[in-house]
Amino acid sequence: MVAQILFLVITLAAIALFTVNLRKIFRNIRLGKSVDRNDQPVKRLITMMRVAFGQSKMVVRPIPAFLHFFVYIGFVIINIEVLEIMIDGLFGTHRVFHGLGGFYNFLIGSFEILAFTVWAACVIFLIRRNVLKLKRFSGVEMTKWPKSDANYILITEILLMSAFLLMNAADAKLQLLGASHYINAGAFPVSQYLMNLLPSTESALVIVERSCWWFHIIGILAFLNYLPYSKHFHILFAFPNTYFSNLEPKGEFTNMASVNNEVKAMLDPSFVPAETEPGKFGAKDATDLSWINLMNAYTCTECGRCTSVCPANITGKLLSPRKIMMDTRDRITEIGKGIDQNGAEHQDGKSLLDDYITREEIWACTSCNACVEACPVNIDPLQIIMELRRFAVMEESQAPASINAMMSNVENNQAPWKYSPADRFNWADEK
Amino acid sequence: MAELMAAGEEPEILFWVGCAGSYDERAQKITRDICKILHHVGMKYAVLGTEESCTGDPAKRAGNEFLFQMQAMTNIEVLNAYNIKKIVTGCPHCFNTIKNEYPGLGGTYEVIHHTQLIQDLINDGKLKAEGGESFKGKKITYHDPCYLGRGNGIYEAPRKALEVLDAQLVEMKRCKSNGLCCGAGGAQMFKEPEKGKKDINVERIDEALETNPQVIAAGCPFCMTMLSDGIKLKDKEQEVKVLDIAEITARANGL
Repeated sequence: MVAQILFLVITLAAIALFTVNLRKIFRNIRLGKSVDRNDQPVKRLITMMRVAFGQSKMVVRPIPAFLHFFVYIGFVIINIEVLEIMIDGLFGTHRVFHGLGGFYNFLIGSFEILAFTVWAACVIFLIRRNVLKLKRFSGVEMTKWPKSDANYILITEILLMSAFLLMNAADAKLQLLGASHYINAGAFPVSQYLMNLLPSTESALVIVERSCWWFHIIGILAFLNYLPYSKHFHILFAFPNTYFSNLEPKGEFTNMASVNNEVKAMLDPSFVPAETEPGKFGAKDATDLSWINLMNAYTCTECGRCTSVCPANITGKLLSPRKIMMDTRDRITEIGKGIDQNGAEHQDGKSLLDDYITREEIWACTSCNACVEACPVNIDPLQIIMELRRFAVMEESQAPASINAMMSNVENNQAPWKYSPADRFNWADEK
Repeated sequence: MAELMAAGEEPEILFWVGCAGSYDERAQKITRDICKILHHVGMKYAVLGTEESCTGDPAKRAGNEFLFQMQAMTNIEVLNAYNIKKIVTGCPHCFNTIKNEYPGLGGTYEVIHHTQLIQDLINDGKLKAEGGESFKGKKITYHDPCYLGRGNGIYEAPRKALEVLDAQLVEMKRCKSNGLCCGAGGAQMFKEPEKGKKDINVERIDEALETNPQVIAAGCPFCMTMLSDGIKLKDKEQEVKVLDIAEITARANGL
């Protein structure tokens, strides 16, 4: 009974804490500008099913796709087991679903195999990061914390799966001993090989089984609460992020409605624009970005596929699309913290542009969309870069001198070069 | 276009030449070849001539939405005044801008890139690869322009135009949706690159040369500049030609 109450208290506390942190993230995302992404629900659903559920963009790199697939499937399916653990914990039952009989044995057996594949995949992932030191996992933005974050996630998953398998091994051994409470249920294709490692007395086995059970479930609840502080948040946000992702051709950039009114007024003096609130052009800080950009930032799991295909980054420039996403997330989180501590009107005098992302980075972009194409969860770093450029050009008139020259040519000569518009048709004369 | 209008006629298609196609010496050749192809198949086309103006693409990618919309609205007025329905462009940037960004400003047209036009003409049997230079067995590698490929998902049309040549098509390691940019996009064409260890066009040319091509095919005047510069830098101008799909098509047909 004490155990049940303790379980209830821990679970409720974990869920409450997670809810508080989740709400903070939602609040932070809502600090972004509104943009409507509720059109074409069917197409959006299909995109989400294909890209997030179906992992369609992962297959470009077969080895990590294969390994990630096991971890992903493990995450989705082993959660069915968590349901049983929850019920057992609350009601003091043991293997409450055992009544399913043969199907239950099949489920437990499958969970075991999945748990093992998750375990193995995570070990290989750790080796790829720390021993093989794959280039994709390094870079200026991959400082101490992002690297530790990745390792903590992998180690936690390895520990959770180990606890799950050890728990089953102890349970199986207790079943063989005919211990009371440990009903004969489940199949143990993996943990049967661990049985020999365990003590043989019933009391010791019960201690192992119970310890692993508590470690596993408390571990899961702790991990849940780690998510909002971690890049691992993608396991939740990959789904809404793909659902709300851009469905238009990647080459199409948004036409700014705020500019449209002014241009119309300039071309046609009789045009009276509808009243709109004066806003900034482009983005200086994270709150000038759209909520989509901010959701993107929270979804990023720092895999580095974007940066590894970025032509600027490949050729040694400072720009790294992954850094753009991480900076955006860190900045909006910082703004959120400031609001929590000092109220909604708090200003800390910092901004995303300059304090996080430098001019050199935004001007190195070729807008080639390789980063957008590469992202397995449809994040769009290019849009953030463009918004920062818009601010630099339209609010500050701060562009590289050659860009200013190009723009003045377009304005005066209707071409980006300094040729006379009267000569535009000369190509037809020469042979 | 003004002349056709005065004569009370309407073209089947408007050829949007673009700034590079109008002024850049290398790109002018591509422009003339596109005209030759249009003429060859007997398509009634028109150009705006001096009434054409920058689409605003480089301004938009640089972040100057004002200038972009000024250009766009002016161009749309001209295009709508001539009642233009269908446009072919010689440049993926013009193509992308007019096709995707003009409709929201009041300019809706059917827009195709010249490689799509060539594909259509081949499919309709109006265009073949005969009567001109033979590309048979030649090694050709095609560089995907970002705004045609990833930007608009057009990967097959340019390849189709090359397939009829009976040439040996070799793909670079990074091709199609994974293609590497030439380094010119996003208004980079008009500025010096940021500090780094290599220029993007050199990275791309190195990759192209790995396929040992006789011809590097392009579909964009800016890629053309970047790739040609790369070839010059590598001192391979004699062995490797950088040609636009339109030029290859015109040559293969002896135009």
